[in-house]
Amino acid sequence: MEQILLGAISLGLLWSIMTLGVYISFRVLDVADMTVEGSITLGAAVCARMIVSGNDPYLALIIAFFAGTCAGLVTGLLHTKLRIPILLSGILTMIALYSINLRVMGMSNISMLRMTTAYSFVSDLFNVSKTIAVMILGGGMAILLVLFLYWFFGTEIGSAIRATGNNLYMVRAQGINTDSTIIIGLMLANGLVALAGGLIAQSQNYSDVQMGTGSIVIGLASLIIGEVLFGKRSFFSRLLSMLFGAITYRIIIALVLRMGMAADDLKLFTAITVALALSLPRFKDLKDVLKASMKGRKSNA
Amino acid sequence: MLKITSLTKVFNPGTINEKTALDDVSLHLRKGDFVTVIGGNGAGKSTLLNCVAGVYRQEMGSIVLDGQKLDRLPEHKRAKYLGRVFQDPLMGTAADMEIQENLALAKRRGQRRGLKWNVTAKEKTEFYEKLSSLGLGLEDRMSVKVRLLSGGQRQALTLLMAILNTPKLLLLDEHTAALDPKTARKVLELSEHFISEMNLTCMMVTHNMRDAIHVGNRLIMMSQGRIILDVRGEEKKQLTVEQLVHLFSSRSGEEVINDRMLLG
Repeated sequence: MEQILLGAISLGLLWSIMTLGVYISFRVLDVADMTVEGSITLGAAVCARMIVSGNDPYLALIIAFFAGTCAGLVTGLLHTKLRIPILLSGILTMIALYSINLRVMGMSNISMLRMTTAYSFVSDLFNVSKTIAVMILGGGMAILLVLFLYWFFGTEIGSAIRATGNNLYMVRAQGINTDSTIIIGLMLANGLVALAGGLIAQSQNYSDVQMGTGSIVIGLASLIIGEVLFGKRSFFSRLLSMLFGAITYRIIIALVLRMGMAADDLKLFTAITVALALSLPRFKDLKDVLKASMKGRKSNA
Repeated sequence: MLKITSLTKVFNPGTINEKTALDDVSLHLRKGDFVTVIGGNGAGKSTLLNCVAGVYRQEMGSIVLDGQKLDRLPEHKRAKYLGRVFQDPLMGTAADMEIQENLALAKRRGQRRGLKWNVTAKEKTEFYEKLSSLGLGLEDRMSVKVRLLSGGQRQALTLLMAILNTPKLLLLDEHTAALDPKTARKVLELSEHFISEMNLTCMMVTHNMRDAIHVGNRLIMMSQGRIILDVRGEEKKQLTVEQLVHLFSSRSGEEVINDRMLLG
């Protein structure tokens, strides 16, 4: 049980970096960016290809991040310059990335078994198991990224991006090019997602062209769990809640699997969870309406 | 200061819904002019302001502000010279950001934005003083999210943001129309105060004839995309609402002015 929990936490920390990316597009920019499904695999593909070619695993992570920003740039250009709706722009990039990811890897999957990954170094340095190494590196990076994002979104450019997600008219009236803020936001978001993809691939010693499928729903599930359970107070606590959300999601999944749910049903389970969580406000409305009508009946009687 | 020449704007050209919103409009404002713009629905008042602001591109004509041709500049570049307040109190501010963050965004209008911190300690003192001048108590709530403010408070904040970085031209697009009468008066008073204190050039669209007469030094009336009346100075001061109604129906050929224009 302890092993399962540790595994869930370490995986959750890696996915929390992806969740931070999803938070930037879905919450800060307020756009549904589907690019994520392709860019997480892109990060994994870049890392896998670089590592089997004998490159430094940390360099591979950096390149993965920049590859992700390129994916975000494409979606951003499609949306802002060509005026394609954001949902479609993201889907187009996602589909295009499927081919690109196959090209990057040269095959549909790559194994990195017994190769030096970013975790081997941490594992050797602290003389700990791989799971613990994943926790140290994943957790360390997640916290550094939270601090970085907190700083970035407090700067002039970062504030302009936050305002863009709030009110496009106001932002333009204040002399800000909303095309630029949307593009920068999408680049940063997809860069983080690709970085997470690279970290995940290195942790499982494996990269697969299918690994991104459904990742957007996992990211959203983590985001919503984070918001519901850990509050929406300050911007900093919101960022931090993405970490807790991603970890909680992984623990829930580990528990339902242990309780005997088939692994094949996981995506269905996640989709239902997200649908329920997203419809919570609606259920609350219905409850209020019911309550009001009950009261009305009473006063009529 | 502002020179609009033969401005024409057509919506949906070549379709069954084609509508000429501005029909060869020319207008020349001097520095410090405060012109009120009245007219019925669809007269082209807001379209005129939006063409100046760059929300729409005109089909023909030119807009020159203080010697600078605006025609080819996109909206966000024109913003450097313009302060804008909209009819909808929700449109001028970012709801999920703090009052001081909104002000900081406005303070950098027309400047390059970089990786410097958005709200500096020095600016906080400046914003405190500026907010105090509104007399709404907002200066003690600077880190409150704008979402929590009332429509009038948001509109007053938007006004402050519009004039924070002295604009060459202030565009007020029915900015008091969505407010209750008392709040509307307060926001209008604040607008007049800032405009006279800073000697701003301003265009104010309004539905309210009384406001249009009492505020500013010039009044233009629009109908069907044209300017049908242009009065200024003493002549404007002598105007009454009755005369204005009469002028409107005789010049535009439209009999009825809606109640909102009279009572607003």
